[in-house]
Amino acid sequence: MFKTWSSSIPSFPYHRDQLLRWALWSCASIAGLILVFIILFLILESVPALRHLGVNRFMFDPSWHPGENTFNLMPMILGTLFTTIGAIALAGPIGFCSALFCHCYAPPRLASLYGRFIELLAGIPSVVFGFWGLVVLVPLINQWHPPGPSMLAGILILAMMILPTTSLLAQSSLAQVPTEYLRGAAALGLGRWATLRRVVIPAAKSGLWTAALLATGRALGETMAVLMVCGNVVQIPSSIFDPIRTLTANMALEMAYAVDDHRSALFVSGVVLLLMVLILVTAANWSNRVPRHV
Amino acid sequence: MSSHHQAIQDKLAMGITWSVAMLLMSTFLWLFSDIVIHGISGVSWEFLTARPLNAGREGGIAPILVSTALILMVCMAIALPIGLGTAILLSELTHQFGWMSNLIRRSLDVLAGIPSIVFGLFGNAFFCITLGLGFSIVSGGLTLACMVLPILIRSTEEGFRALPADYRLSAAALGLSQASTLISLLIPAAMPAMLAGFILGLGRAIAETAALIFTSGYVDRMPESLWDSGRALSIHIYDLSMNVPGGNANAYATALVLITLLFIINAGAQAIGHRWSSKRVLVA
Repeated sequence: MFKTWSSSIPSFPYHRDQLLRWALWSCASIAGLILVFIILFLILESVPALRHLGVNRFMFDPSWHPGENTFNLMPMILGTLFTTIGAIALAGPIGFCSALFCHCYAPPRLASLYGRFIELLAGIPSVVFGFWGLVVLVPLINQWHPPGPSMLAGILILAMMILPTTSLLAQSSLAQVPTEYLRGAAALGLGRWATLRRVVIPAAKSGLWTAALLATGRALGETMAVLMVCGNVVQIPSSIFDPIRTLTANMALEMAYAVDDHRSALFVSGVVLLLMVLILVTAANWSNRVPRHV
Repeated sequence: MSSHHQAIQDKLAMGITWSVAMLLMSTFLWLFSDIVIHGISGVSWEFLTARPLNAGREGGIAPILVSTALILMVCMAIALPIGLGTAILLSELTHQFGWMSNLIRRSLDVLAGIPSIVFGLFGNAFFCITLGLGFSIVSGGLTLACMVLPILIRSTEEGFRALPADYRLSAAALGLSQASTLISLLIPAAMPAMLAGFILGLGRAIAETAALIFTSGYVDRMPESLWDSGRALSIHIYDLSMNVPGGNANAYATALVLITLLFIINAGAQAIGHRWSSKRVLVA
């Protein structure tokens, strides 16, 4: 950005500067290497299971009973996918409306208050959401349609959890729409909704997609909330009232006592989860980089 | 489109966004009020200063508060220097480490998206087992440090980038070395951003559960050193509500304590953000 210190200007041959550069370089290397280490260790730990069991058994074994040497991850993968899709299907539109409210419809004072409220919500621990779901939501669902701990509970709590993030991200992408566009629309005599639909939303589209993708990534990786409300029965659900277990819940429940191939199989599920999240994050970065066509 | 038609659509859209926003607000107010109503009777000075008894059903949370504080201390003691160094490199020395800073920035973006349970698996495999730290406050703190680094770095880096170019130019004109420019000029000027990042990271770390279960562990005794296992507040809530029948009352009280701490942290972040923005106007 600034050429002040670039190599084209002879820098001052101070020993301190060398030291400083070396120190900064090592800090940054550590920060950069964390990701490498995470991937490395996850793969290292999952190699034994992959070697002893092979990839197929994680998909085609009769069930997930590590004690009896069966390791089918599919019910958990499906559980994760179902809850995530359900949560984003709920939180996406609601978060978008909430962003529109805050950015376009609320009176300025209310908008700033509302914005702060949403920011506050984004920081609430997942374990608190899970706890509330467990003591309030699950009994309510139980009254409606037993047993209570279910995929539905998981979807609702996950949707609540990712809503604030979705709303904040959508808000910031709406805020990036240049004001000239709004003035132009006003000059053309467009109403508020027409301006939003024809000008603002198309202009903010890539940002809105990024918001949705990042929120999906958050939902995929969420552990505590789903662990506490989903019932954690390993099965492919036949209705939304059936209890299910997600990949993340499985890791959290079984890591404490897992040994040998079982432990390694949990790391395999960690790698699967990491891959799903990496694909989403990459897609989010990519969609954010696509130039905006208006 | 007729203007009449437009007016109806306008009203409809307005109605929908308002009702969605109100629904959202009321749901979350329901959550808050539920926790406050059920938790407030359990929170007292004794609750904060007593040991948990009967698996946490009775007694207080003193050792859990201490463990949480120690885990956060370890986390920040490690993450702050590394975060500061990386942020300086990314913002001030980018042109000297071009390809490297690009790579680091990418890797931090990805790191920010990694689920906390994966950090937990990694922390368990690397800190607890490979480095032999076992289930300990140190392992938990180090795992959290990896988690909060992206937040710390992003916020600090933005702070440095927001500093006027004049600062660097004048320092260079005065013949200050890079090190002196940083230490006596840029770091103090970027301090509010660093503080904001610190608070954001603290909020993230204190809310974390999944990454701590297999790193800092479950033990609810008063930790005697950093090498002891210690239970964080969030894990206490999880354990009481899931594994201890009849633990809900104290789980509510603990949740209220945790949320109150987060409110304080959040208010601090907003106060700093506000001050910082008004200060920047003065400087410019």
